[in-house]
Amino acid sequence: MTEKSTLGAARAGFIDSLGVGLGIFPLGIALGVLTVQAGLPWWLTPALSIVVFAGSVELLLVSMIAASTPLITIAATVLAVNFRHVFYPLSFPISVVRPGLARAYSVYAMIDEAYATYVLLPRAQNSSARMLTGQVFMQAYWVLGGLVGVALASMLPEPIEGFEFALCAVFIVMTLDAARSKNEIPSAVLAGLAVSAAMLLAPGAELLTALIIFTALLTARYLWERRRDLRAPGDIETAESSGRSGEEEPRA
Amino acid sequence: MPDLGYMIAAVMIAGLITVLLRALPFAILKPLRKSKLVKRLGQWMPMGILLILAVVVLQGEIQARPQQLWIVAVATAVTVLVHLLAGRRALLSIFAGTGVYVLLLYIF
Repeated sequence: MTEKSTLGAARAGFIDSLGVGLGIFPLGIALGVLTVQAGLPWWLTPALSIVVFAGSVELLLVSMIAASTPLITIAATVLAVNFRHVFYPLSFPISVVRPGLARAYSVYAMIDEAYATYVLLPRAQNSSARMLTGQVFMQAYWVLGGLVGVALASMLPEPIEGFEFALCAVFIVMTLDAARSKNEIPSAVLAGLAVSAAMLLAPGAELLTALIIFTALLTARYLWERRRDLRAPGDIETAESSGRSGEEEPRA
Repeated sequence: MPDLGYMIAAVMIAGLITVLLRALPFAILKPLRKSKLVKRLGQWMPMGILLILAVVVLQGEIQARPQQLWIVAVATAVTVLVHLLAGRRALLSIFAGTGVYVLLLYIF
C-alpha cells in the first residue's frame, strides 16, 4: 500500500470514530467524575480505560472497588457483563487487520462501538489502517474523557446531560444500514423476539440473555434450512428465487 | 480508600477476563472457519446483534430518565428520519439525534 492511500485510510478511520466519539467522550468524563467522587485515586480512571477498556463495566468497577467488593465477585461480574463479546468474532472483520501487533490491538479494542462501526463496512472500503485508526481514536476519546472528568470533578457545576444518547444513535443508525436488504428480515425478526423475551425473562441482564436466545434461534434456523434443503435438493434454487420475487412483488 | 494492592488486582483481573473474552473465540473459531453453521451465523448475526444493542441501549436510557420517555422517543425519531431522508450519512444522523436529545433535556 502506498503512503498516500494509508493516509487516506487513516483519515477515513478518524472520521469513522467521530460519531461514536460524541458518545464515548462524555461517558469517559462521567467515569472520571465518578472515580473522584467515590474517593478513589485519579489514576484508576486511565488504568481502567487502558487495562480493561470496556465502557459500561468500568463504571460498575468503580462502584465495586469503592465498596471493596471481593475480587471473586468482581471477576464474576466482569465475566457476566462482558460475555457478550464472545458473539462478535463470528462477524467482526478481523481478517482485514494486519496479523501481529495490529491484529492483537484490534481484538483487544473490540468494543461494542467498534463492532458496530466495522461489521457492515464493505470489505473493499475497509483496510487495516482504517480499522486501527478508528479503534485507536475510540480509545483515545475514552482515556482523554476520563482524564477531563478527573480534572473537572473538583470544580464541577451542573454538567450538560444527554451526550450518552450518541451511543443509542450509533446503534440505531447501524441497524438501519444493516436492514437495507430483505434477506435480513428473518434475522431482524428473530433478534426482535430474542430481545423481547430477554427483557421479560432477565431484567438486568437483557443484553447477554438476548444474544444467547438469538444465537439459539439462528442455530435452529440453520438446522431448519438444512433439513429443507436435504428434503428437496433439486428445488433449492427455484424455491429461493420464487420466495424472493414473491416478497418483492408488493413493492413493485 | 481500598488499599493499593487490592485496586491493582481488581483492575488486572477485570482486564484479563475482558481480553480473554475477546480473544479466545477468535482462536477457537479458526479451525471452524469452514463450518457451514459458523459461516451462516457470521452472515446472519450482524443485523440482529445491532438491533439488540440498539434496543437494550435505548431501554437503558429510558430507565435512566423514566420521566422523559417522550424525549427519548423524539430523539430516536429524529435520528431515524435524518438518516433515511438525508442520504444515510451516519455522522449527521448521530449529531442530529444527540443534539435534539441534549437540547430537549436542557430545556425541560
